[in-house]
Amino acid sequence: MIDTLVQPFIEFAFMRRALVGCLAISLTAPPIGVFLVLRRMSLMGDAMGHAILPGAAIGYLLAGLSLFAMSLGGFAAGLAVALAAGLVARSTVLREDASLAGFYLVSLALGVMLVSVRGSNVDLLHVLFGTVLALDDAALLLIASIATVSLVALAVIYRPLVLECFDPEFLRSVSPLSSPTHLLFLLLVVLNLVAGFQALGTLMAVGIMLLPAVAARFWAEDVSGMIGVAVATAFAASVTGLLMSYYLNVPTGPAVILACGAFYFLSMLVGVKGGVLWRLMPRKHLEA
Amino acid sequence: MKTTAPAISFHNVTLGYDRHPAVHHISGEISRGELLAVVGPNGAGKSTLLKGIVGELKPLSGSLSLDGLGKRDIAYLPQVIEIDRSFPISVFDCVAMGLWRTIGAWRGLRARDKQAVIGALRTVDLVELADRPVGSLSGGQFQRMLFARLLLQDAAVILLDEPFRAVDTRTVAELIALIERWHREGRTVLAALHDIEQVRAHFPDTLLLAREVVAWGKTPQVLTPANLAKSRTLTEAFDSHAEICERDEELERETA
Repeated sequence: MIDTLVQPFIEFAFMRRALVGCLAISLTAPPIGVFLVLRRMSLMGDAMGHAILPGAAIGYLLAGLSLFAMSLGGFAAGLAVALAAGLVARSTVLREDASLAGFYLVSLALGVMLVSVRGSNVDLLHVLFGTVLALDDAALLLIASIATVSLVALAVIYRPLVLECFDPEFLRSVSPLSSPTHLLFLLLVVLNLVAGFQALGTLMAVGIMLLPAVAARFWAEDVSGMIGVAVATAFAASVTGLLMSYYLNVPTGPAVILACGAFYFLSMLVGVKGGVLWRLMPRKHLEA
Repeated sequence: MKTTAPAISFHNVTLGYDRHPAVHHISGEISRGELLAVVGPNGAGKSTLLKGIVGELKPLSGSLSLDGLGKRDIAYLPQVIEIDRSFPISVFDCVAMGLWRTIGAWRGLRARDKQAVIGALRTVDLVELADRPVGSLSGGQFQRMLFARLLLQDAAVILLDEPFRAVDTRTVAELIALIERWHREGRTVLAALHDIEQVRAHFPDTLLLAREVVAWGKTPQVLTPANLAKSRTLTEAFDSHAEICERDEELERETA
């Protein structure tokens, strides 16, 4: 049994690299997802994931399958869309979700067009679904660096960020940190999606950010608890997904995300904070 | 405790949205340590005035100065609260954020700070609920929690916008006692209210608004039947074809 779980990682370097990459992503993407969920911006993560595509595509067109060019392009495109959407929301009648939807759809269409004009469909699939089993040193280094930076940044902005989600008006009244916190948070979202798309692809990167976070709400009643559960979930799903991919010969990115999804459904059923089964069970109410 | 030094002064201030004034041509001063009720019918511009003071709304014209006070010296309890009540945070943590001026974004809570939080919770009678998530509080308990946070903010100027909505009479009495305590401590307190009897009973000074100042001064002289009737007729709805206000020019011609 243990052999089955450990053998692939002992035997193959590419499996070990994939594991390290996934674990590094799992360390910071889920906490960011927790804040996205708490700010009711879950779908914003999804939109940003799509927005990254044209940048990565331009990087690919200019420099071929170069990790650096594609990451830089994706980062620039994601940041541009996030900032433009925020700016439009603050200066016009549009709400942030509507303006973001506008920008990301344009961005996505542009990305698909760019990739299909020059590349083949296989390339498009690489960008969309990632290549976790072919992570080279440079990719691992990039992912690890992003994880490190994100972890430190999250620790620094933790309190203002919680307050920005919970009571933004109060934060604005006691501190000038509201806007910087919001901007830095958007930056972290984009950075982590860029890290994620190296391994899981632009579409799947959002999955490891959001699914563990959504599931965590069924297990914890405070932010730090949710973050803990989300990170643990992402770790477990990474290992499960990689093993599934190895033994069943299915693509890795979707396997990892499906493992997250399985845990989400399980949490929805048996989670101790509002899971469906607990609600169905007739239990007498308490004294107070 | 009342001194003559002004806390907030208005110089022909007009506040509004999109060129339409919600309240215009306010001039006057609020002294330090004053306990002032801002009264007027719906749409009189009470909330707008408070938003102007905290700086959430820039004046369309005129100027407003906080003499020697910074934005951070003002504690503000808005009428429409943007708080996400389903957010997983405990009552204790929420109230502790009132200590922001001492703990800032990074410092931890020392024993003394924790005592202060418990003290504030005790004042509003919420100690037993300290560990509950904020979403489990009733409307009145929630409002008391926000007052506890205001207590910890220790601000020189406190602005309350309709602080007694959805609050039962016993809680109102407790909250008014807190406001009177702030007044005794020499803080400047402004409260937008609509209950005239409450104002008569507890607030020495009143500003009666109806999209402009109707009367401003000692409460008994302000809340006369004549003034109240005038405030009702003056408050008209937002007119999308409103003429351009020429009062500034008229004033200039008169003084020239």
